[in-house]
Amino acid sequence: MWKTVLRRALIMIPQLIILSVIVFVLGKMMPGDPFTGLITGDTDAKAIAELREKAGLNDPWHIQYKNWIKRIITDGDFGKSYTYKMQVSTLIGQRAANTLWLSLLTLVITYLIAVPLGIYAGRYQNSPLDKIVIVYNFVSYAIPSFVLALLLLLIFGYNLGWVPTTGSVEIGIEKGTLAYFFSRLHYMILPAITAAVLRTTGTIQYLRNEVIDAKTQDYVKTAKSKGVPTNKVYSHHIFRNSLLPIAAFFGFTITGLLSGSVFIETIFSYPGMGELFISSINSRDYSVMNALVLLFGVLTLTGSLLSDIIMTIVDPRIRIE
Amino acid sequence: MSKKEINADTAALELNEEELKSFSNAPSFWSIIKREFKADKLATACLILLIIIFATVFIGSAILDQDQVMRINLRNKYKPPGEQFLLGTDIGGRSIAGQLLIGGRNSISIGFAVTIITSLLGAVIGLIVGFYGGKVDNIIMRICDFIQILPATLLIITFVVVIPNYTMWHFIFIMSVFYWVGMTRLVRSKALTESRRDYINASKIMGTSDIKIMYGGILPNISSIIIVDLILSFAGNIGIETGLSFLGFGLPPATPSLGTLVAYARTPGAMSGKLWLWLPASLLILVMMLCINYVGQAVRRASDAKQRLG
Repeated sequence: MWKTVLRRALIMIPQLIILSVIVFVLGKMMPGDPFTGLITGDTDAKAIAELREKAGLNDPWHIQYKNWIKRIITDGDFGKSYTYKMQVSTLIGQRAANTLWLSLLTLVITYLIAVPLGIYAGRYQNSPLDKIVIVYNFVSYAIPSFVLALLLLLIFGYNLGWVPTTGSVEIGIEKGTLAYFFSRLHYMILPAITAAVLRTTGTIQYLRNEVIDAKTQDYVKTAKSKGVPTNKVYSHHIFRNSLLPIAAFFGFTITGLLSGSVFIETIFSYPGMGELFISSINSRDYSVMNALVLLFGVLTLTGSLLSDIIMTIVDPRIRIE
Repeated sequence: MSKKEINADTAALELNEEELKSFSNAPSFWSIIKREFKADKLATACLILLIIIFATVFIGSAILDQDQVMRINLRNKYKPPGEQFLLGTDIGGRSIAGQLLIGGRNSISIGFAVTIITSLLGAVIGLIVGFYGGKVDNIIMRICDFIQILPATLLIITFVVVIPNYTMWHFIFIMSVFYWVGMTRLVRSKALTESRRDYINASKIMGTSDIKIMYGGILPNISSIIIVDLILSFAGNIGIETGLSFLGFGLPPATPSLGTLVAYARTPGAMSGKLWLWLPASLLILVMMLCINYVGQAVRRASDAKQRLG
């Protein structure tokens, strides 16, 4: 098994290098450099040129690339944000926690919706509930994320007023208290439900098919003829076997959550990394943008690596001996 | 049964050979689809609704003068729906209904263009690498793997911002770069299994040229799967385009899209106070997505004999 994992991890190295080159080239294509923001009416052009020379901006591109990578790996230095006037890494660090919590809540809600629905729909195939699940699955697959988010925000945020419409926590609540925690939850719940509804389709579909297939398998027949109660057959025997592919998709689920966060966070004005990305583009804050693209890229690469590793753990057939 | 009797039977069968042949002819894909739509009334309703939407949007936008619709007239700022403006006006006094037609046309056309480009690329590349296999196949598949795990949304947005003199064609090109992978994978896997079949081997032995085998032998056999994917990715591409335009990084600012109309929801006070600004476009996108996907599912069922209703 370790051989497979090692081989898979090695594939990631060229992928990381290509990704970093793409991000670097994109960064070079962006207008301006770290000193453009310093230029005012009475700045000495010579001084700026000197600063550029000192920072190595006139070096050949491969040396610039090498220095750029070196700074990122050794000090986590992505440069400075023009608009926030602070280190990009500090800024992203502040936002990353918000995105992380939102993603975690989304994951929990996704599986809370998807696992029971998938199993019941498969168990009671062609029942009214199954038909409702199929309709739900179809709609949640077809609806674009931003349309669903806006409609839910209009209904639950504005018309019913159940949840706040912007932000991540009520202002003035002390950090670390229980009230703070519940306020966070209150602000996160609608974005999380929205993102979760959009992500359930694959899991439900897969679980439903797996359960329907499993019903006719020998091990289920054996369990039933041994006298295992039907409920236990479903909760112990079928459920465990059906869960394997879901576990394998886990890495991709994380990846999808990250790219979906751009839409969800923007619409709900939730201060996470996705919202930071859009606002940094709108203010042309290139160093933040660049760092975020690289970060999201590395995270998605890691997500797919994780998926493959889980797959080799749960499915012995794809291991290399 | 003696030999004689069998011979007599076949002789009797030969009498109405023409009739028998008409029985054993496989029905064409189109006639299967027709039967499926007859069995599924909702799919037929969706198809008709789609045709009505497309016809309205294209005829309406052809009649309307885009410059006149997009002209700013501050006296009509934020007029609610009424007699003069069917769906009200935006901040610049421009008619929402007019923008809906023009934006709808742009969104549909771009979704269509991207679908055609990516599908063509995917079908050609997928067929070639699936048929020949080997090293090229390996390389192309690694490239596909890589593109598929890139954060496409973020990269597209970055490209949109970075490209100077950005136009609609740039946008179509950038989207195509990221979304040809799906079709390529699908066609490749189908072509791979298809090229191991006996009829392809027979064709090879007879000396048929590779190109003829690919486009005359394999392609017709996987065409139904390609058509299904075409329809579903058409819906997906409209969703992606409107989504990016909604964020402000899709079509260039002067070109209205359904996404830019939905984006009015983000102007302060418009979300709940001025529903006419963004709700019609959102509902139009929603209805189109549901209908196209439903039609796509009906066609998918038709392409798989096990799932057919009709």
